Amino acid sequence: MLLEVNDLNVFYGAIHALQGVSFTLDEGEVVTLIGANGAGKSTTLRTISGLLRSRTGYVRFRGQDISTMPAEQIVRLGISQVPEGRKIFAPLTVRENLDMGAYTRTDGTEIQASMQRVFASFPRLKERINQLGGTLSGGEQQMLAMGRALMSRPKLLLLDEPSMGLSPILTEEIFRIIKEINSQGTTILLVEQNALMALSVANRAYVLETGSIVLQGSAAEVRDNPQVRNAYLGVG
Amino acid sequence: MQKANSTQRSLPAVRTSGARLAWIGRGFLIILALMALIVLVRNFINNPLLFAQIVISGLQLGFVYALIALGYTMVYGIVRLINFAHGDVFMAGAFVSYFAVTRFQLHVWPTLIDPNLPPIVITVVGSITVILLSMAVCALLAVTIERVAYKPLRNAPRIAALITAIGVSFFIEYFGALNFVFSPRFIPYQRPFEVVTWYIRDGIHLVIDGKAPPDGSITFSNIAIIIMVVSILMQLSLQFLVRRTRIGKAMRATAFDKQAAQLMGINVDRIISITFALGAALAGLGGVLYAIAYPSINTLLGVLPGLKAFVAAVMGGIGSIPGAFIGALIMGQAESLTAGYISTPMRDAIAFTILIVVLLVRPTGIFGEPEKEKA
Ligand SMILES: Nc1ncnc2c1ncn2[C@@H]1O[C@H](COP(=O)(O)OP(=O)(O)OP(=O)(O)O)[C@@H](O)[C@H]1O
Ligand SMILES: [Mg+2]
Repeated sequence: MLLEVNDLNVFYGAIHALQGVSFTLDEGEVVTLIGANGAGKSTTLRTISGLLRSRTGYVRFRGQDISTMPAEQIVRLGISQVPEGRKIFAPLTVRENLDMGAYTRTDGTEIQASMQRVFASFPRLKERINQLGGTLSGGEQQMLAMGRALMSRPKLLLLDEPSMGLSPILTEEIFRIIKEINSQGTTILLVEQNALMALSVANRAYVLETGSIVLQGSAAEVRDNPQVRNAYLGVG
Repeated sequence: MQKANSTQRSLPAVRTSGARLAWIGRGFLIILALMALIVLVRNFINNPLLFAQIVISGLQLGFVYALIALGYTMVYGIVRLINFAHGDVFMAGAFVSYFAVTRFQLHVWPTLIDPNLPPIVITVVGSITVILLSMAVCALLAVTIERVAYKPLRNAPRIAALITAIGVSFFIEYFGALNFVFSPRFIPYQRPFEVVTWYIRDGIHLVIDGKAPPDGSITFSNIAIIIMVVSILMQLSLQFLVRRTRIGKAMRATAFDKQAAQLMGINVDRIISITFALGAALAGLGGVLYAIAYPSINTLLGVLPGLKAFVAAVMGGIGSIPGAFIGALIMGQAESLTAGYISTPMRDAIAFTILIVVLLVRPTGIFGEPEKEKA
């Protein structure tokens, strides 16, 4: 088991955002976490990354408890996140944003190789290498956010709504790259509004509803579940 | 629906009257600026030598203010805090060097190794040691202040941290003024090296102690040159650090978005500490140079230079490093010209006049961009 999330209870002040969330990820999988707005998907990812703390339970990565580890150390262990809204460093150039992705690494020449691999996946970034992050289009920012997260060579990549605000064509492109990243050995936890798309690339899925996992199974099972079809896939 | 309509209607009206007022204010300021310019030009024509002398002393002041202003602007950039204790760190720099020189003779330590070393080597090595020690102590002091007083308030409303900064400033000033600490008196400062003055008139000549330089000459000193050169070097190194190095990029990333920086594996606390340490080291350096230039120190030494450097940083656009530098140079000239041509006591008032004008006309400063409120 690569990641084991057990009984998370996370609060924002009085708001009980996660109410006993548990799930697991195996090495090499793509797992998707779907659910309506406000279900707690981003909160789950932020807790795994160490930006939020759970009052109970634990998060284990390769058997090691990371629930009390500082966020920067979790990145060093190999968990990288593309946050909701991309969170590009607007005043930094594309190259500097990618440099920041490689902040935990000190192997200079290898970092350059990683950057070339990112450019191979996202040629558009190479053309804009000296442009400020804040001046990129939404789609380009998404590519930069993913490229930046890959620069730390993560074993587990957390993606929070990568298709948000993108055109259908660009969404296809991003999902193609997600599959590619996965096929190169990176495990992926994918949070999506676009459930149909997410289920098409995922091996397994969890459905989150107001802070609790209400359904889980293989992507096909979840896709065929009548309730899911009703609520998230917009088909009756 | 209706509510939205009514606000829409009232907005343009407010804007027009605001704009009109701003124009009146701007016109008034332009007239003032023109009058000041006329006075300056007339004075320059009447006595160009005196004018040059005043500009030189303004440069000396301005370059010291620049060393302080850089710290204000860097710290503001990263934690959005006006660190009012910064001027007191500057004061601490002067005091550390005082104790190092007067109590411990650190400025002549190379004689312990070999008393026959050339005096110039002893002076240069000894003085640099004193300065580095002061910078290090100031860095440590600022990092401690940040850990103890500011860090616990990082997620509190900004005003809480601001008030705390003022409290820390008072604490340092009046704790230092206790009799068993530094005492409230002015203490004569023993310099780590001698200040030498030259005058320019048909070439450059040494000013002999006790003899006034001849009329119609411009004087300048080694400390003035050192202040300018060191301040420029520090500005350039800082610019290089922030633009080109891994730590510098992490500082900019952290300044923009702390959580995103954490997701990159950046230790945000460490970056903030480094920022405080850098700013404080520069202020400490400024404190030593200032004390050498104006050799009488007490625990309130940092108050006015601190405030003036703060105004300089606001004028340049707080958060901007080149802005702080240019703002400080303008501040130095404004102060020196005021002291020279208007009246000496006015030199302190001019800083606040400038602050008020900047806040009225261009609150974001020369290089500043309107701040977007971030969560
Ligand atoms: N900073 C915050 N302060 C207070 N409440 C918050 C905060 N962030 C999230 N919440 C609340 O926690 C709950 C879960 O939010 P979360 O962002 O995890 O949802 P989500 O599933 O990612 O939704 P979306 O699909 O809209 O991104 C919501 O009810 C939200 O209002
Ligand atoms: Mg979300």
